[in-house]
Amino acid sequence: MNGFPILTLLTFIPVLGMVLVLLMPKDKEREIKITTLIATGIQVVLSAVLLMSYDYNAGGIFEESSFQFIEKFRWIEITGLSWLGTVKIDYFLGVDGLSTPMVLLTSIVAFIATLSSWNISKSLKGYFALFLLLDTGMMGVFVSLDFFLFYVFWELMLLPMYFLIGIWGGTRKEYAAIKFFIYTLFGSVFMLLVMIGLYFSTQETLADGSAVFTFNMLSMMDPANYTADGILSPFNPGNLRFIAYIALFVGFAIKIPMFPFHTWLPDAHVEAPTPISVILAGVLLKMGTYGILRISYPMFPEITKDLMWYIALFGMINIIYGALCAMAQKDFKKLIAYSSISHMGYVLLGMASLSTTGINGAIFQMFNHGTITSMLFLIVGVIYDRTHTRGLDDFGGLANQMPVYTGFVTVAFFAAIGLPGMSGWVSEALVFVGSIGEEITRILAMISTLGILLGAGYMLWALQRIFLGNLKEKWSDLTDLDGREYAMLVPLAVIIIFLGIYPSFMLDIMNTSVNTLVEFVSVNVSKFTLSGL
Amino acid sequence: MSESILVTLSIVILFLPLLGFTTVLLFNKKFPKLYLFEVGILIGAFLLSIVVLIVKLSSYLDTEIVSSFTWIDFGDVPFLGRVSVELGVKIDNVAAIMVVVVNLISLLVHVYSIEYMRGDKRYNRYFAYLGIFTFSMLGIVITHNLLMMYIFWELVGLSSYLLIGFWYEKKSAADAGKKAFIVNRVGDIGFFIGILILFTSYNTFTFDTIFEQIAAGNLPFGSSAWLTAAGILIFMGAVGKSAQFPLHVWLPDAMEGPTPVSALIHAATMVAAGVYLIARIFVMLTADAMLVIAIVGAFTAFIAATIALTQNDIKKVLAYSTVSQLGYMVMSLGVGAYAFAFFHLVTHAFFKACLFLGSGSVIHAMHHEQDIRNMGGLRKKLPITYASFLISTLAISGVPLTSGFLSKDGILAGTYAFGSLTGHWLIPVIGFGVALMTAFYMFRLVIITFHGQPRDQHKYDHAHESPFVMAMPLVVLGVLSVFIWYTPLPHSPDAGWFISSWVKTPHTVVPAESSFEFMVGGAAENAGIIHSEMYTEAMHHAHYPAMFLSLILGGLGILLAYSMYQWKKIDPDKIAGKVPGLYKFSLNKWYIDELYDAIFINPTVTLSRALAWFDNTIIDGIVNGSASLTRFISALSGLFDTYIVDGLVNFTAFFSGFIGITFKKIQTGKVQTYIVLVVFSVILLIFIVSPF
Repeated sequence: MNGFPILTLLTFIPVLGMVLVLLMPKDKEREIKITTLIATGIQVVLSAVLLMSYDYNAGGIFEESSFQFIEKFRWIEITGLSWLGTVKIDYFLGVDGLSTPMVLLTSIVAFIATLSSWNISKSLKGYFALFLLLDTGMMGVFVSLDFFLFYVFWELMLLPMYFLIGIWGGTRKEYAAIKFFIYTLFGSVFMLLVMIGLYFSTQETLADGSAVFTFNMLSMMDPANYTADGILSPFNPGNLRFIAYIALFVGFAIKIPMFPFHTWLPDAHVEAPTPISVILAGVLLKMGTYGILRISYPMFPEITKDLMWYIALFGMINIIYGALCAMAQKDFKKLIAYSSISHMGYVLLGMASLSTTGINGAIFQMFNHGTITSMLFLIVGVIYDRTHTRGLDDFGGLANQMPVYTGFVTVAFFAAIGLPGMSGWVSEALVFVGSIGEEITRILAMISTLGILLGAGYMLWALQRIFLGNLKEKWSDLTDLDGREYAMLVPLAVIIIFLGIYPSFMLDIMNTSVNTLVEFVSVNVSKFTLSGL
Repeated sequence: MSESILVTLSIVILFLPLLGFTTVLLFNKKFPKLYLFEVGILIGAFLLSIVVLIVKLSSYLDTEIVSSFTWIDFGDVPFLGRVSVELGVKIDNVAAIMVVVVNLISLLVHVYSIEYMRGDKRYNRYFAYLGIFTFSMLGIVITHNLLMMYIFWELVGLSSYLLIGFWYEKKSAADAGKKAFIVNRVGDIGFFIGILILFTSYNTFTFDTIFEQIAAGNLPFGSSAWLTAAGILIFMGAVGKSAQFPLHVWLPDAMEGPTPVSALIHAATMVAAGVYLIARIFVMLTADAMLVIAIVGAFTAFIAATIALTQNDIKKVLAYSTVSQLGYMVMSLGVGAYAFAFFHLVTHAFFKACLFLGSGSVIHAMHHEQDIRNMGGLRKKLPITYASFLISTLAISGVPLTSGFLSKDGILAGTYAFGSLTGHWLIPVIGFGVALMTAFYMFRLVIITFHGQPRDQHKYDHAHESPFVMAMPLVVLGVLSVFIWYTPLPHSPDAGWFISSWVKTPHTVVPAESSFEFMVGGAAENAGIIHSEMYTEAMHHAHYPAMFLSLILGGLGILLAYSMYQWKKIDPDKIAGKVPGLYKFSLNKWYIDELYDAIFINPTVTLSRALAWFDNTIIDGIVNGSASLTRFISALSGLFDTYIVDGLVNFTAFFSGFIGITFKKIQTGKVQTYIVLVVFSVILLIFIVSPF
C-alpha cells in the first residue's frame, strides 16, 4: 500500500461527490442520490481494502513508525514571524487500532444513512451536498494526527449538521439545530484553547536542526518535547495542565454526551430526519470518546490516572441516569436517544479502568453502539414514515401486522439489551471485565451493572407497547418492510450478530494499540509528573 | 471411540437444534410442514446423545473429556501477561446424563406439541423457538467455563421470553414473558459479578483452572470471604433461573406459555439449570456459601409448598410444586448431598414433565379449562393421562417403588445428616415438613381433577383421551418414573448405578478452615470416596430414620388429602374458615408480588419519571436558562450600545453642534462688535489679575 493515499481518498471522496452533486441540475434527483450512494460505497470499499492490508501487530498511539497508511507533508509554513519563529502545520494522516474501527464504522454508517435518505424530497441537492460534506468531516477527524487538522475537521462537521437538522428536521428543528450548534461550539472553544496552549508548550526539531512549535499530536505525547516554561508543560511548576485537561474533557464530554452536558442530544435526535439521527448516534457521539482516548489519555497521562475514578463515576451516572430517563419517555425516538446516553456510559466506564480489557471493551462498544443504535433509529424511521407518529402508546400488536419488521426490531432490541450472541454484549462484558478488574473502578462498575437490568426493563416495555398485544384498527393497512429497508437493516443485523459470535474480528484490530496505550499511559505517568522528573 | 470423536459428537448435538431454529425461522412461510424438520433434528440429536452417554459411561467412566479453543486473545497485556478467553466443552458423567435428559424431554415435548399446538397461527415458529431453547440449554450443560455458561444462560432467558410470551396478544402472556426476563436479570447481575471476581483473580473463566488455583491456596483478592462472596453471587444466577426465593415470582406467571413449554422449560430442564450451575461450582463453595444455599433452598421449598396447598389452577399447583422441588435440590447441594441433588434433578425432570404434559392433556380435553374446581371424574375419560399422572404423583410424593422415593429420600437423609453434623436442625425439619405438604397438595390435585363426579358436565361430556402423539410421551415419562431404571433395590439408591458409579461427589477445593468439616478435602488419598467418612457415617445413620419419617409424613399427607377431598370426612373450607388469615396468605402467594410492586417496581417507575422531569426542567432548564441569560445580557448590551455608547457618540455630536449654534451668534462679522468685546475682555482680565 506504500504511496497509495488511501486515507486521503477515504476522506475526500465525499467532497468529490459533493462537487458532482452541486454540478448536477436540480431535477436529476435520482442521479444525485446515486452519486451519493456511489461516493459512500467507494468509502466502504476503500475501508475494506484498508482492512485487508492492515497490520495487526502495529501499535500506533504515540509512535509514528507504527502508524499505518501514513500521509505526511507540510501543509502550511510561514517563516520568520518575529518571536513566533516558524509556524508550520502538517497534513498528517494515519491510523492505528484506535481509529481503524471508527473508520470502518463511519463508512458503513454513512452508506446506510444514504440508503435511508432515499425518500428525502425537500431541496434534495442541498441535502446530499451537505450530507457528503459531513461525511468528509467525520472521516477526517478519525484519520488526522495533526491537532490543527483534527480541529479543522471537527469544526467542519458542525456546519452541515446545523443545516441538516435546521432545514430537514421536524417541528422544532430551528431550536434543536441552534442548540446543537452552540453547545458543540461551546465545547470546541475549550478544545481550541487547549490546542493553542499545547502548541506553545511543545517543540519539534526539524530536519535542519531548528526547533519549532508543533501541532503534531504524537510530539505532544512525548514529555521530551515540552519546553521548560510552556503553559501546559509538565516542566513548568506553574503549569495549567489540570485546568486544560478539564477544559478539554468538557469539550469532548459534550459530544459523547456526558451527563450533565447531554440535553442537546434528545432534542437534536427527535428533530433530525432519520438518516441524520443515524449519523449523529452512529458516528458523531463517538468523537467525544475517541478524542479522550486519542488526545487526553496520552497527552495527559498523569491527570488521567488521577481522575480515573471520576471518569468512571460519570460513566456510571450516564448508564443509570440515561436508562431511568429512557424508561419514562413516551416518544419512541426520545427513548432511543436516552438509551444512547446510557450506552455511551459504558464507554466511559470501560476507558476509566485504564485496563486492556476495559479499553478494548470501550472501543468495541463505540463501534457496536454505532451499529446497534443506527439500527434502532432506522427502525423508528420505518414506523414513522408509515404512521407519522412516534408515541409509544399509539401502537400495539404490530408483530402480527409487520412480522419481518418485528424480527429486525427483536434483533436490535436484544442487541441493545446486551444479549449474548450479539455484539453489544461482548463489549459491555469487556467493559465490566476491565472495570471490575481494577480496584479503583470496581465498586462503581458493580453499581453500573444495574444498567443491564434497567436496559432490559425499558426496552422490553417499549417492545411490548409497540409490538405485542392486539393491533389497533387504524394500523391494519400497514405494510411490512420494502426492499430498500431490507437493504438498510440486513447489513447491520448481520454485523451485529457476526461480531457477537466472532468478536475477535474487531478486537484483533484494536488490541495491539490498546495494549500500547495502556502501557504508554502507565509508563508516562511519572514522566509527566513534576516530582518524577 | 476416541475422545475427539466424542467431543465432535457433542458439538454436533449442540448445534443441530440451532440449525433447526434458523432453518424453520427463515423458511417457515414457504414450507408449512417445516416443523417436521425440527422434530427430525431432535430425533437425531437424541440418538446421538444416547451414543455419547453410552460411550462415556462404558469407556471413560472416570475421565473428564475437555476440549477448548481461544475465542478472544488479548495478547501480551501490560502487567498481566498473556490474557485470553477460552470457550470449550467438558463432558463428564453429569453432562452426558444431562444431555440425554434434555434431548429426551425436548424430543417428547416436540412430538406432543405436534398435536397440542395444531392450528396455532404461528405453528412453525413455535417449533423454531423450541429449537433455540434446546440449543441454549445444551450449551449450558456441556460448557467447560463460566463465560460460556453465562452466554447460554442468557440465551435460555431469551427463548424462555419468546415462549412464555408466545401468545403475546394476551397482555398477561406478554407481561409474564417480560417479568421472567427481567427477574432473571436480577439474578444474572450477581452471577456476572461473581464470574468477574473470579476472572479478575485468575484471568480465566475455565472451571477446572479456577478450581486448581483455589486448591493451590490462591484465593480471590487473597481472602476466603471473597471466595464466599463469589460463590453466593454466582448462586444468585441460580436463584433467578431456578426460581428460588426471593426471585421465584416469575415462574408461576410463566405458566401463561403453552403447556408443553411449561413442561420442557419451566419444569424439567431450564429451571434445573440453576441447580446444574451450583453443581458445577460445588467444589469451590465455602461453608458459609453452602449454608446460605441450604437456607435459601429450604425456605423456597417451604414457601412454595404452602402456596401450592390452596391454588386452584392446575398449572399453578404444578408450578409451585416445581419451585418447591427446585428448593429441595438447591437445599440438597447446600447440605453437601451433591449426588442426590443431581439425582433428584433427573428424576424430577421426568415426573414433572409427565405431570405438566398430563395437565396439558387435561386442559386440551377440557377445551382450555384450567380451574380444577370445574373438573372431576376425569379418570374415566382420560385413562392413560390418569395412570401416568398418578405414577408421577406417587413419585413426587416419595412413595416407594418410584424414582422420586429414591432421590427424595436421599435428600432428606442428607439434610438429616447435615443437621446432626452441624446442629442446623431447622433445615431437615423444613425438609420433612415439605414432604408432608407435597404429598397432600399433589393428591388433592389428583383427587379433585380425576376422582369423584364431574363438576362441569358439559365440558366433561366433550372430554376425550388425547391422541397417540400426546399420550405416548406421557407413557414414556411415566415409565421412567419407576425405580428400576436407577437401582435394582427399590429401597436403596446407593445400590444403584446412578449414585454408586455414575455421579460422584467431587472433592472440595476450598481451604479446610473455610469449608465444612465433613466435606472431602482435595487430598489424593480420598480419591474415589463419595463423601468423607464422617458424612458417609452420618448419612448411614440418617438413612433409615429419614426413610421412615418421610414415609410416615408422605402417607399422612396422602391420607389427609383423601379424607378431605375423596371421603369428605374433613371439610377443607371449614379449616380455611378457621384460619382465614393463613388461608388468604397462602392463596395470595404470601403477597410477594404486591410487595415487589410496592417496593421495587413502582418506586423505579416514579424515580424514572422524576428524573425525566429533572432532566427536562432542571438540567435542560439550566442550558436554556443560560441561553436566555445570554440573550438577556446581549439585549442589555444592545440597549447599552444604543443608548449609552452610541448615545455618548451622538451626544458628543449634538453637544458640539449646540455649542457651535450657541456661539455662532457672536460671530457677526461686524468690526465694532469685535472691538467692544475686546475692550470688555481686557477690562475683565485686568480685574482678574489685579492684586486687589
